Amino acid sequence: MTPDLWGELFRFDNYAELLALVQNSIIAGAVLGLTGGLIGVFVMARDMAFAVHAISELSFAGAAAGLLLGVGVVEGSLAGSLAAALLIGVLGSRARDRNSIIAVLMPFGLGLGILCLALYSGRAANKFGLLTGQIVAVDNPRLTALLVICGIVVVGLLVVWRPLTFLSIDPQVAEARGVPRVAVSVFFMILLGLAVAVSVQIVGSLLVLSILVTPAAAALRVSASPLVVPLLSALFAVVAMVGGIMLALGGSVPISPYVTTLSFLIYLGCRVVGRVQDRRPRLPALVTAP
Amino acid sequence: MTDLARVDHHERVSHHDTGPEVPAVLSVRGAALAYGDRTLWSGLDLDVRPGQFVAVLGPNGAGKTSLLRAILGTQPLTAGSIEILGQPVRRGHPLVGYVPQQHLADRGTPLRARDFVGLGLNGHRFGLPLPSRERRRTVDAMLATVQATPLAKMRIGDLSGGEQQRLRIGQALIGKSRLLLCDEPLISLDLYQQRAVSTLIDQSRRDADRAVIMITHDVNPVLDMVDTVVYLAAGQVRIGPVREVLTSAVLSDLYQTPVDVIHARGRIIVVGLPDIAHEGHEAHPHPVRGRR
Repeated sequence: MTPDLWGELFRFDNYAELLALVQNSIIAGAVLGLTGGLIGVFVMARDMAFAVHAISELSFAGAAAGLLLGVGVVEGSLAGSLAAALLIGVLGSRARDRNSIIAVLMPFGLGLGILCLALYSGRAANKFGLLTGQIVAVDNPRLTALLVICGIVVVGLLVVWRPLTFLSIDPQVAEARGVPRVAVSVFFMILLGLAVAVSVQIVGSLLVLSILVTPAAAALRVSASPLVVPLLSALFAVVAMVGGIMLALGGSVPISPYVTTLSFLIYLGCRVVGRVQDRRPRLPALVTAP
Repeated sequence: MTDLARVDHHERVSHHDTGPEVPAVLSVRGAALAYGDRTLWSGLDLDVRPGQFVAVLGPNGAGKTSLLRAILGTQPLTAGSIEILGQPVRRGHPLVGYVPQQHLADRGTPLRARDFVGLGLNGHRFGLPLPSRERRRTVDAMLATVQATPLAKMRIGDLSGGEQQRLRIGQALIGKSRLLLCDEPLISLDLYQQRAVSTLIDQSRRDADRAVIMITHDVNPVLDMVDTVVYLAAGQVRIGPVREVLTSAVLSDLYQTPVDVIHARGRIIVVGLPDIAHEGHEAHPHPVRGRR
């Protein structure tokens, strides 16, 4: 690696001063990591990784439209996200339906977003930021909005945690035991839409999966405990977000490659650990003499 | 049909030691179910008392699973009524345990065996799953009952079909259910696991005076446990003890074609079922679909 490239990627001059400047971003990153890590557990349990991607592209379209029409990026991305989440939730209750709806929504969202950006005549950095993230520019009002939305998502998740788990693992029995399937599913999609919308504004729509899916997938490699998995997942996501921001501070490239790389490395590490765990001798088959 | 059902009623009263004064866990009156103009069954009258073991038999598409779903309250009847301990059925009845038709959990399912069983206790409640000593003890006891204590911390997706099935039964029993509904719980299990699972179900009704309704395409593994057979076929219902329902005369009448029921060496073999009922009552040596 040439010294120039290295300098572009990592530079730690005046680090303490820089750190003070991006205090907001670090708080945002930590809260986002916590939220993404927690909801990611259910994204995995419900096998909805690609639904997250589709929601994020419609969220991008919404944000781009918000930019173009002057209603605001946050409002636009929330609207796009929620619309996509509800569409997928209502139309795609079965896995096969869901896959096709996601495949239909993704290019439409991306195309719509590109159209809006092409028509937008403002700063170019805003455009690129919607796709790849712009975490350095978190001002106080945006931080407040993010904290409120993440708070709603986390509290909402805690409320439906058990029935949502039941429904994700064993829908038939859960429904027979009285879990309101449609209500709980739609509620989860709304929470997912909110989580995606805030993530899009920070890490960009193309990279949302690295916060909402990768940490949970990593945690699931090393544990199946319903307590350990969400805690690890949240921890991984926070480490990836905050670590990524701190590594990226001095460099001149966007923040997201640092976050996605950290997230990916954590996943690789967990795969190795999981492999080692699997090699340990298994319990003997159970004897059930009648 | 009604004749037979009535005969059975008297028969059961004398046959069953709980007697008529014990209130039925489940009573079905004049129940009928139709999808569009196709009637699955009608005129279904059934009383199930504590400790009774009912097997639901019949060809594919006869409405066996729909009957269970009607009892669960997830499938509305076209006519008639179903009551559980004197109250109309409703979804999520706390006294009803349910083991659905088997589908194996995915390998990556983020749940251990003990968590899976614990879902039956309070998985339907809102709020955080706060750990408590009592909950732990209850789950441990149920794991022991279904002989799954050594599996407690393993991922359910890593367990064999028979092991998962025992856990499902544990999940259905843990909520102190008085009525256990099982949909083909023995399918795709080898004979050894079939024995283990059916013994478990049989014990659960003896120990806790629980009534059991089991859908099965093969009555032989549970032949010595079944008190009453509900046979659904061709839009009709026959109810009674095994020896009265599983006869050449009754099945020939139901299917409108000569059917032979052969009792041999403690097993029942049905020969001559028409194509709509191609799955007979012979024992099928199903391969174990476990992935170990």
